[in-house]
Amino acid sequence: MKTDIHGLMAEFVNVNELLAAAKAARDHGYRRMDAYTPFPVEDLAEHLGRKKSRVPLIVLIAAICGGTGGYFMQWYAAVIDYPLNVAGRPLHTWPAFIPITFELTILSGALAGLLGMLLLNRLPQLYHPVFNAPGFARASTDKFFLCIESSDPKFDLVATRKFLETFRPVLISEVPA
Amino acid sequence: MAYTAQTGPTPDSPKTNLADASAMPLIGPTETFESVTQNIGGIVLTQKPPRSWFFGAGVAFILLMVLLCAISWLLYRGVGIWGINIPVAWGFAIVNFVWWIGIGHAGTFISAILLLVHQQWRTSINRLTEAMTLFAVACAGLFPLLHLGRPLVFYWLFPYPDTMGLWPQFRSPLVWDVFAVSTYFTVSFLFWYAGLIPDLASLRDRAPTRRKKVIYGILALGWRGSAAHWQNHQSAYLLLAGLAAPLVLSVHSVVSFDFAVAIVPGWHSTIFPPYFVAGAIYSGFAMVLNIVIPIRKIYGLENYITARHLNNMAVIMLATGMMVTYGYVMEAFMAWYSGDVFEQSMMANRAFGPYGWIFWALILLNVILPQALWFKRIRTTPATLFFVALAINIGMWVERFVIVITSLQHDFTPSAWRLYRPTFWDWATLAGSIGLFLTLLFLFLRVLPMISIFEMRKLITEKPGGRA
Amino acid sequence: MIWRSLDELAAVPAFQSARHNEFPPGATEPPVNRRDFLKLMAASMALASLPACTRQPIEKIVPYVKQPEELVPGNPLFYATAMTLGGFASGLMIESHEGHPTKIEGNPGHPSSLGATNVLQQAALLDLYDPDRSQTVLNHGQPSTWESFATAFQAQMQSVQANHGRGVHILTETISSPTLRSQLQTLLGKYPEARWHQYEPVNRDNAFAGARLAFGEAVEMHCHFDRAKVILSLDSDFLYGHPDNLRHALAFADGRRAQSGRADMNRLYVVESSASVTGSNADHRLPLNATGIARFAYELATRLGLMAAGSPSELTPETRKWIYALADDLLQNEGTSLVIAGENQPPDVHVLAHNINDFLGNIGHTVTFTEPVINPASQIESLRDLIAALHAGSVETLLILGGNPTFTAPADFDFPAGLLKAKSCIHLSTEVNETSALCEWHIPQNHFLESWSDGRAFDGTVSIVQPLILPLYAGKSAHEVLDVVTLGRSDYDIVHDFWSQKMAGLDFEKNWRQALHDGYFANTRLPEKRVSLRTFQITPVAQKTGSLEITFSPDPNIHDGRFANNAWLQELPQPVTKLTWDNAALLSPGFAAKEGLANGDIVDLELNGRRLSLPVWITPGQPDDSIALHFGGGRSHVGRVGKNAGFNTYTLRTSDSLYIGRDVRMQKTGGHYPLVTTQTQHAIDSEERQIFREGTFADFKADPEFAKKSSETPIETLFKPEEFKTDGYRWGMAIDLTACIGCNACILACQSENNIPVVGKDQVSKGRIMHWIRVDTYFRGTPENPDMNHQPVPCMQCENAPCELVCPVGATVHDKEGLNLQVYNRCVGTRYCSNNCPYKVRRFNFFQYADYHDTTLKPLWNPNVTVRSRGVMEKCTYCIQRISMARIGSEEQGHKIQDGQLKTACQQVCPARAIVFGDIGDPKSAVSKLKANNLNFSMLGELNTRPRTTYLAKLRNPNPQLTT
Repeated sequence: MKTDIHGLMAEFVNVNELLAAAKAARDHGYRRMDAYTPFPVEDLAEHLGRKKSRVPLIVLIAAICGGTGGYFMQWYAAVIDYPLNVAGRPLHTWPAFIPITFELTILSGALAGLLGMLLLNRLPQLYHPVFNAPGFARASTDKFFLCIESSDPKFDLVATRKFLETFRPVLISEVPA
Repeated sequence: MAYTAQTGPTPDSPKTNLADASAMPLIGPTETFESVTQNIGGIVLTQKPPRSWFFGAGVAFILLMVLLCAISWLLYRGVGIWGINIPVAWGFAIVNFVWWIGIGHAGTFISAILLLVHQQWRTSINRLTEAMTLFAVACAGLFPLLHLGRPLVFYWLFPYPDTMGLWPQFRSPLVWDVFAVSTYFTVSFLFWYAGLIPDLASLRDRAPTRRKKVIYGILALGWRGSAAHWQNHQSAYLLLAGLAAPLVLSVHSVVSFDFAVAIVPGWHSTIFPPYFVAGAIYSGFAMVLNIVIPIRKIYGLENYITARHLNNMAVIMLATGMMVTYGYVMEAFMAWYSGDVFEQSMMANRAFGPYGWIFWALILLNVILPQALWFKRIRTTPATLFFVALAINIGMWVERFVIVITSLQHDFTPSAWRLYRPTFWDWATLAGSIGLFLTLLFLFLRVLPMISIFEMRKLITEKPGGRA
Repeated sequence: MIWRSLDELAAVPAFQSARHNEFPPGATEPPVNRRDFLKLMAASMALASLPACTRQPIEKIVPYVKQPEELVPGNPLFYATAMTLGGFASGLMIESHEGHPTKIEGNPGHPSSLGATNVLQQAALLDLYDPDRSQTVLNHGQPSTWESFATAFQAQMQSVQANHGRGVHILTETISSPTLRSQLQTLLGKYPEARWHQYEPVNRDNAFAGARLAFGEAVEMHCHFDRAKVILSLDSDFLYGHPDNLRHALAFADGRRAQSGRADMNRLYVVESSASVTGSNADHRLPLNATGIARFAYELATRLGLMAAGSPSELTPETRKWIYALADDLLQNEGTSLVIAGENQPPDVHVLAHNINDFLGNIGHTVTFTEPVINPASQIESLRDLIAALHAGSVETLLILGGNPTFTAPADFDFPAGLLKAKSCIHLSTEVNETSALCEWHIPQNHFLESWSDGRAFDGTVSIVQPLILPLYAGKSAHEVLDVVTLGRSDYDIVHDFWSQKMAGLDFEKNWRQALHDGYFANTRLPEKRVSLRTFQITPVAQKTGSLEITFSPDPNIHDGRFANNAWLQELPQPVTKLTWDNAALLSPGFAAKEGLANGDIVDLELNGRRLSLPVWITPGQPDDSIALHFGGGRSHVGRVGKNAGFNTYTLRTSDSLYIGRDVRMQKTGGHYPLVTTQTQHAIDSEERQIFREGTFADFKADPEFAKKSSETPIETLFKPEEFKTDGYRWGMAIDLTACIGCNACILACQSENNIPVVGKDQVSKGRIMHWIRVDTYFRGTPENPDMNHQPVPCMQCENAPCELVCPVGATVHDKEGLNLQVYNRCVGTRYCSNNCPYKVRRFNFFQYADYHDTTLKPLWNPNVTVRSRGVMEKCTYCIQRISMARIGSEEQGHKIQDGQLKTACQQVCPARAIVFGDIGDPKSAVSKLKANNLNFSMLGELNTRPRTTYLAKLRNPNPQLTT
């Protein structure tokens, strides 16, 4: 059991081969693995057995907080903190408070959306072992990679390489940790 | 799912041009993952910019300097250097503000709303138009600050209690503006950046020099394109689109409240929000065409921005143009139908008063000329389309002039009626803001991929004729 | 019609920002001019350094070691004094803060003020602090000293002692000051051969000449409009131009103003040669050229049966119908009618007026007579004598006390040339003007707020002029100059000694103190004088048909030119025309159309071989064959404000055509000059926009509610206005449009009270005038002879103020007492509030208008009012500083502010008392009573702004015979 490597990286030229390999690896019992593609590939995450993204939940909570917070701020400022007779209008002119409430809902939702995505992806993270994999640069152009990590309980340098070879990848390489 | 393969027709052949637009391809058939990455990324990584880039950037920079002069003089002397007066206390500044905000609408509309309704043709133009949105909103944001009598205390409009415990007056549409515009800018930026991250990673991985590698690397935040990344990314991207869609519609509605909430005849009208939004998208797409048509020629991007894109945008302009026209008709009709003496007199003055010729120019540019878009040959011929779009851009500026100035110049109290004459500095500021816009645009073309590469890759796999 | 006039407006190139910095009054121009400005200031300061030591005690900011009696820092003191113009004194009450006068009010006890002032008196304060004032004695233009002048002058008078002062001539303006006249008598006694001449371009020669013809002696006519039911003005601007205008305005308004249960209302007929303030208040106005008015008077007299019809009538049928109706009206009101002729009408017309009054039995009732308070000798003849002497070279010493004859003397006298022939010439004047430039000696004259003097009101009441401040510069008064050759006393001693001798008695000092307190000696008005008519023979001038005439009258704002350096007056919109910063040739619309002239087109006028080119201004109600010129503009030796302002029409004015010039030739030059007006003229249909409401007295009696119609405010509302109900004061204002005569006094009173800056011609042309209250004039009917309606428009203080709703920073909000506040410090200058104000009463500081640098102007400012900076909005505050002052005072005494105890500046100055301000929460207050009146209406009330300022619809009282 060697642990000085990050994992075994298999390189494919075709997205379908990657999908097949990922599915098979999953069925074979591998858990700690990840795939790298130049564009979003539907179902890939499912094949790798990932749960649904939690971004939507974060956005929902943030948006609700933003909206209620916005309305409260206006009500507090106009009615409680500094009540003024403006144009003879009532202090609590709720229709006039709607636009800002709406905008703040959107704003906080959107902020939470991007930040949540980065958070869940552990970004920014400028260094990562997989960058050391030979030819990995092509992962952002036209190559597809599957990496079974050494931390996987079922990982075994020889067996796993054998297993991967069954999918006839272009190349299998050890990714140094 | 499986990605299948077949071949399609070549683009821009006369046959396809005149055939049903939807049959036209969104991307040239010869394109591969490598080629798109190379062609689009190469523009910023390896290619030397074409001579026309230097020329355009030069002109833009000069105009930007004009803007700086105008602003310096303004801060030194005060808003009196403009033509504004009592009763016309709002002049070019507000006209320009509304105009730029309107232009800023196409981007998010294309990226967000068209994404939600699965219009794949958006893919090759959304990056560029989002950038355009940001720059237009940046220009727009300048004016509300500059037009203040005391620009240096603009922050008093922000929501915090001052030393006396006084808050902004949340019933004022101007405060709504602050929130609407800043929200719009922020959300557009997030959306744009979210889309950029994977492409920045591509640039990082292909960067020829270490410096570029480091810079793009930092901007890419260490994106690896892992399945986990893509999963969250796609989810966030879709949500941002979902949030941005209603935002687009709200922003110009709020801007229209600046006028609709006031009691001034010619402003106080319930039709304003929808009519402003339509107008915004109208001018937005016009601006997109004015930018895209030259660029696709100069950078030879006909394979990515095809005749079909032009056609679709032209059709949207035609549709929004009709909505705007309906708005004009309704304004006139309601003025007459209300039986309100002030409204009627305002309308009569607008059409036949001292500024009458401007009103008719507006009708010509925004209503009559765009009818040419009924003809497919005009929609798909870049030159003619460019001309019509230009007319619409000018027309929409004129529309804001008519709304802002002619209404103020002739309101309730005849003794106070006065004309408004723009000064040199009014024009300089307008020209300067265009300079700012173009400068930002040219810089963008130089350093960032103007087309979303990863989405093009996706398009290749999905398009008929995608390679396996 | 509105469109047409707006298109004209669109055509006026004055809107193009041509001719920048043409008129840079110190206060107006933004920082670029600062350097040049500071240079000027440095110079004037250097000059001022000499007398600075006399100034220090007033201006030095040090705590009082010994607190002067009754002076509490922060509380203003009021002193009575008087201002004389054309010889006639009008009583004033001056507000003084820590020793410097800051506001001029009328003296309520004074018979020719009654608490009000006109624009000239209001603006006189600015002259006191004018940085361009003459500040030091000049000898041949070089700075000199009073002492060296005194020795030189004494030497001269010594030299002429031998030949009893032959060759000594003294030229004064019209004098009513008993002290000064006695000083002159003493001097003339000492030098029997010396001569006293009296000349002023605005004089009463015609009136006195007419009186002589009619009664055989020069008597002064006093009108009692309060007793008159039918009034006829023959080209007399008795509400504005007459020496007794303030008393006239009040009496006239009292005969008309809206009162519950008023049974009848006076009726004013005006025949005039140029649209005047009086004419704009007429129930029936007939534009006739000045020559035609003599004819008119003649025909009227004939119609009334005073005399047999002479030559066949030349009048048009309309005019004749007019005369018949008028005659009937007069005959039905014998004893309660009044006919008054204008100063610019020839003596004959005055004679006719006197005879008609006598025939109608008005003399003794609506008109009375007294001895004149001023020397009635013909001033033009007096000046003619001087000119003869000058040109004959027989003048050794010419002493000019005040005035500017070089500028104002008739052109044919060629005064400047004559002046140079004088061996020696001494000129006393408040400014270095055209005359000073030609004189050997120039003596700076004290402003009347700096000197002791006295004068007589129009009714003879002796008024004391007492100073509010030590002389700011090395000035002297006329008294002191004359006294140089006798005793050399200070002006206080001169005036005091004179009266102590005149009123020698045990308790003179007591009377004197009382007089200083009141501002006048009680019971010194002249007794009424019995007059008897002599037979008269009049043949009116037959007028050549088709000949063009010019009429000359003093400028409504800068008078005969003496106020040319007064920025308040230069920027004040002239009545009717609303012109600022310039005078023009006023033409009728019909004539302009015939000649193809537009506003601002330059024409060449030729009269008796003299030429003048100036721009034209089309004036509704101007007779077709008559051009009206105002004299006073176009000064050459004047301060920065008056430079290039207007055109000098004196160059056309000769001694044989002082008021009327006949057979004028006019040529269009093709040139254009940007004239600037604050209001474009519209004939407006008030049935459409319910902004201005009017009706006839008959309508009112038939339907008292007529003004209410079509302005009930909508009742549906989403919110409850009672949310902000208060049991404290609820301030409100009512303006009686029937009483308002459109004299503009409110505008200047507001400007003075509220530190409102002057912006200059260029800024006015851009539509950036700063006046907080404006007087709109709406024309109704044909442009040839429209009804004119004046409407003062301050901030309406709306309860549902549209301006407040849209302010993003809460810089304009409401207070508990219903005031629409403007918080300058919070304002960021979005100008949204102004856009949303339907009345357009808000004013914006587009540049740094208020002058932070001119140290001389600073003491002018009201210390209780913020001086606004660049980029903030401002507007009428209902004089909130006065409200606070009154509240503090009443709270000290522990009671509410009494009704009438608190007055806004515009209300206090109004001669017609058309503006009433007070607590609308108190049903007994005057304002509440007015608002309860049926005529009360809200301007644009249908917008549901609920304005606190409301109007009482204007009532006219036309003659049924003429309305049909």
